[in-house]
Amino acid sequence: MSAPPDFKQQPARARRASSGRYSFWRLVREGLKGQRGWSRAWAKAVPRPAYRVVIVGGGGHGLATAYYLATEYGITDVAVLERGPIGLGNVGRNTTIIRSNYFLPDNIRFYEYSLKLWEGLERRLNFNAMVSQRGTLNLFHSEAQRDLFTRRANQMRLLGVDNEPLSRQQLKERVPLVDLDNGRYPVLGGFLQPRGGTVRHDAVAWGYARGASEAGVDIVEHCEVTGIRRDGARVTGVETSRGPIAAETVCLAVAGHSSQLAAMAGLTLPIESHVLQAFVTEAIKPLLDVVITYGAGHFYVSQSDKGGLVFGGAIDGYNTYGQRGTLPMTEEVACAAVTLLPGLARLKVLRQWGGVMDMTMDGSPIISATPLSGLVINGGWCYGGFKAIPAGGMTTAHLVARGTPHPLARHLDLARFADGRTRDERGVGPFPYLH
Amino acid sequence: MLRIPCPYCGERDETEFRYRGDASRARPPADAGLAAFAAYVYERANPRGWHVEWWLHVAGCRRLLKVVRHTESHQIHWVGAPQEPPSVPADASP
Repeated sequence: MSAPPDFKQQPARARRASSGRYSFWRLVREGLKGQRGWSRAWAKAVPRPAYRVVIVGGGGHGLATAYYLATEYGITDVAVLERGPIGLGNVGRNTTIIRSNYFLPDNIRFYEYSLKLWEGLERRLNFNAMVSQRGTLNLFHSEAQRDLFTRRANQMRLLGVDNEPLSRQQLKERVPLVDLDNGRYPVLGGFLQPRGGTVRHDAVAWGYARGASEAGVDIVEHCEVTGIRRDGARVTGVETSRGPIAAETVCLAVAGHSSQLAAMAGLTLPIESHVLQAFVTEAIKPLLDVVITYGAGHFYVSQSDKGGLVFGGAIDGYNTYGQRGTLPMTEEVACAAVTLLPGLARLKVLRQWGGVMDMTMDGSPIISATPLSGLVINGGWCYGGFKAIPAGGMTTAHLVARGTPHPLARHLDLARFADGRTRDERGVGPFPYLH
Repeated sequence: MLRIPCPYCGERDETEFRYRGDASRARPPADAGLAAFAAYVYERANPRGWHVEWWLHVAGCRRLLKVVRHTESHQIHWVGAPQEPPSVPADASP
């Protein structure tokens, strides 16, 4: 008589139930059957002792990398290790804005690719991520800033990315809420990227997790990586709170804490960790149908589908791992808010929170191989990681699967700093607290 | 709100100061080579724990201070002049 099968040793996908396809008809059917036919969107996997690829970090970029590895590059022997439950890190802490209105050509191409992937994402994942292309509007407040934004808009047009300039009159009609003649920084005009907008951020994590899980990826929650195993200049796996896991390739996707994880492998990165705060007001009726970015300070605002105004500002400005933020920046953001939109003064702020950012030395992200073979980094997202999730996942998956950088992310390598190829969108130099 | 005890002006709000980054970096000798200079300019230990950093008291005495601060609790352990060797607790916890 043969021994009973050891299910723990079986590949995870063999014992995995699918959550099935989501559709209108399924909704109707489940409604008639008392909603008893739904199953978990992704399987709670138990880690196996070895994988071809281990991704550290179950945030947007980690889950997207796993999803594209499995569906685009055919590598399904993948585990995503997350310290807590997925979706509670920066993927659930951002202000949900997507756009590609950058200035440097490499960056425009990369973020535009991401925006194109957002446009087809819900159909591809069969998951409602509430992608809403309501437009992102940047306001300018001086002649010099008009020149700067015109240059940026032209640069985008040269690369085929649509945008439109808006006059004061057009702004009056489009965003009546904005105090164009505010005494501090009167608004001279704006430039709109109509395809920019917002996405429900939690749904991005859930959608990618479901897609990756169904494609055979193990999503392991409550599994903290405590060390990185090395054999000379080669990374061979990770130590975790649930035992050691061997891997051919380890991919770090832990923006905010990249320095900490890299230090486990003996690497020092060109990154500082800073906190960025975000805020949401009480829910109100539809008030704002576009994302507005203030040009005379750091402030951006949009209205969520639930009705709250979601807004944020700049990083607090000194190294920290505290996920909370301090009051001087809260005050600065509130000042900018009521300068631009005086009506906001009547609203109560419901919640405030902070997320820890990897601030790189040039303000651009890092998707790169490292001096150690078998170790790949996706990080350094500064405060722009959310919009880049699809492109970040796809290009990181390419790097892991093929061993060569994706053409659209070649400029985001680690070696650019020593080689003098930094991609400094704002031109401020190696001072992360100023980006 | 951080309260930074300036050795010249006394304890003041963080809004009087400007952060100037990691103060633990030492400029390599002129002949150290490209790799050493690239590391000096770009690489940061970025510790989760005690951090030696520069703060400029712009709205006070306008002097540059060296501060030892914890990057999780934000507790300030030591403040001194730029040339002073900082006192950094051996234990990473605040």
